[in-house]
Amino acid sequence: MVLVAPFVAIYGWLFVYPTIQMVQLSFTNAPLIGAGDFIGLENYARLIADKVFRTAVWNTSYFVILTVIPGTLAALVIALMVNRLKGWTQSMVLAAFFLPFILPVTVVYLIWQWMFDLQFGIMQYLIEPLTGARINVWRRPSWFMPMAALVTVWWTNGFSILLFLAGLRNISSELYEAAEIDGASRWQQFTKITWPLIWPVTVLCLTIQLILQLKIFDQVYLFSIGGRVNQTMVLVQYIYDQAFVHNNSGYADTVAVGLFVIVIVFSILQFQALRARGER
Amino acid sequence: MTTAPMAVEQISSAQKRFIRYFDLGALILTLLTVAFAVIWAFPLYWALVTTFKPEDEVVRPFIELWPEHFTISGYIYVLTHSRIGYWYVNSVIVSCAVTVLVVFMGACCGYAISQLRFPGRTLLWWTILASFMVPIQALIVNHFVIMAGVRLLNTHLGVILPQLIAPVIVIVYKQFFDSVPRDFREAAVMDGANDFQLLFRIFLPMNWGVTTALAIITFIGAWNAFLWPFLATKTEPMMTITVGITEVQDTFGVQYARVLAGAIMAGLPVALVYLIFQRRVTQAIMLSAGIKG
Repeated sequence: MVLVAPFVAIYGWLFVYPTIQMVQLSFTNAPLIGAGDFIGLENYARLIADKVFRTAVWNTSYFVILTVIPGTLAALVIALMVNRLKGWTQSMVLAAFFLPFILPVTVVYLIWQWMFDLQFGIMQYLIEPLTGARINVWRRPSWFMPMAALVTVWWTNGFSILLFLAGLRNISSELYEAAEIDGASRWQQFTKITWPLIWPVTVLCLTIQLILQLKIFDQVYLFSIGGRVNQTMVLVQYIYDQAFVHNNSGYADTVAVGLFVIVIVFSILQFQALRARGER
Repeated sequence: MTTAPMAVEQISSAQKRFIRYFDLGALILTLLTVAFAVIWAFPLYWALVTTFKPEDEVVRPFIELWPEHFTISGYIYVLTHSRIGYWYVNSVIVSCAVTVLVVFMGACCGYAISQLRFPGRTLLWWTILASFMVPIQALIVNHFVIMAGVRLLNTHLGVILPQLIAPVIVIVYKQFFDSVPRDFREAAVMDGANDFQLLFRIFLPMNWGVTTALAIITFIGAWNAFLWPFLATKTEPMMTITVGITEVQDTFGVQYARVLAGAIMAGLPVALVYLIFQRRVTQAIMLSAGIKG
């Protein structure tokens, strides 16, 4: 009993209680510090009509689409490429792909701010010939999300690469040997052996990334400092913005309940997908 | 891999033909892979090399892969003109405390759920499983309100506490403790050992590798945490280094050598931890994704 006490205490105080409080505050007009009045469903009515909230939902979905599918595909391709290599070449190449993942987000932010710097950033050498002009990507709403997604894929892809590599190593080499004897081409080997056997890992990567990227905040917030924040708003950022910039905890928690519901719906879908995989 | 000798012969002749035919293709693929890896890692190299350039070289309009005048003045500037010393100490305190507490509580709770029968056990287990789904980011406002209520904002404890919610550690420990044979516990209980002794003398040492892996990944996670430390610290001397290095930018403007020197110093500890414990980090990532490695 003593063994579970510390965990249960922390859990109750900092997890269960805040979750209940979140729902409770979403029905009030509380400021950040201090009590508010009960205002019924007013916040929820406001949420449905709120243009910025709609932008945040749209941007978050857009960001998820831009990161999850291309990121998972890239991770699969990289894992296939790394898996062919052997010995120290493999370790070196894998480290190159994985290293960004363990860095703090602010380090990633500073590196890419430098890469994209309007005057001196070397990415401008790529952008200028393509578009004819230098572009301040973090101030242009149409460029912001794709570039934030690019940075995010660069930063977080090591995780999916590792999962794919583990999956690839689990495929018995005898299958490939047999296929070679039967004269199967590389492409046939991929479509007939690798792809079906790696599919469960692909589903796992897709769902983990999906739920992770729904909760995006750090990069988007950092890159948007000083820009037109309302146009590049994402969901968690809107919670932050309402509570800490506009001193409006009640409404911020209404947005939080919205996020909460969205994430739980997707988590249940993930659970179903994984269970389906387990049954097959 | 053991195959019958005849099969080996067949394979090797097939492989020889195959290799001769595809040799060039394989070489090109390898070169492409290496080239791609170099491009992928290039931003890291570019940031690192920039920190060793004097500021006037940094802004030259060419890609110079090596500084003409090698200097560490960027680092010296950050060390002498920012609170980086404080940030380092804060980060070490917070990350170590989070790691120790999370792993300790996770092991205790995982052990209890796995080995003991107590009222509310099933409820606790389902709560932990369900909490996997809850986005902690949605709770920031309430964590802030609670921490303000007990006057812990802008203190180490206030930064640490909300980071202790880590259901995944409990789940991993439970799974591993479940696979320890029942006899161990029964024999030890016969000898009069209590549960604390059992946990720390038998169950944890048996799963030492898992503990190391979980501790390393928790440490990296706590070191890298941004959102909560950013909200909970309001004065520069209390910030963790992950939050602090963005302040370097505010005070220095676009002096990139200095700004990036701060970034390199913030990323160095976790990069080193990864390079030293590569295998453990990989294992921990598999564990957190639900793959028992």
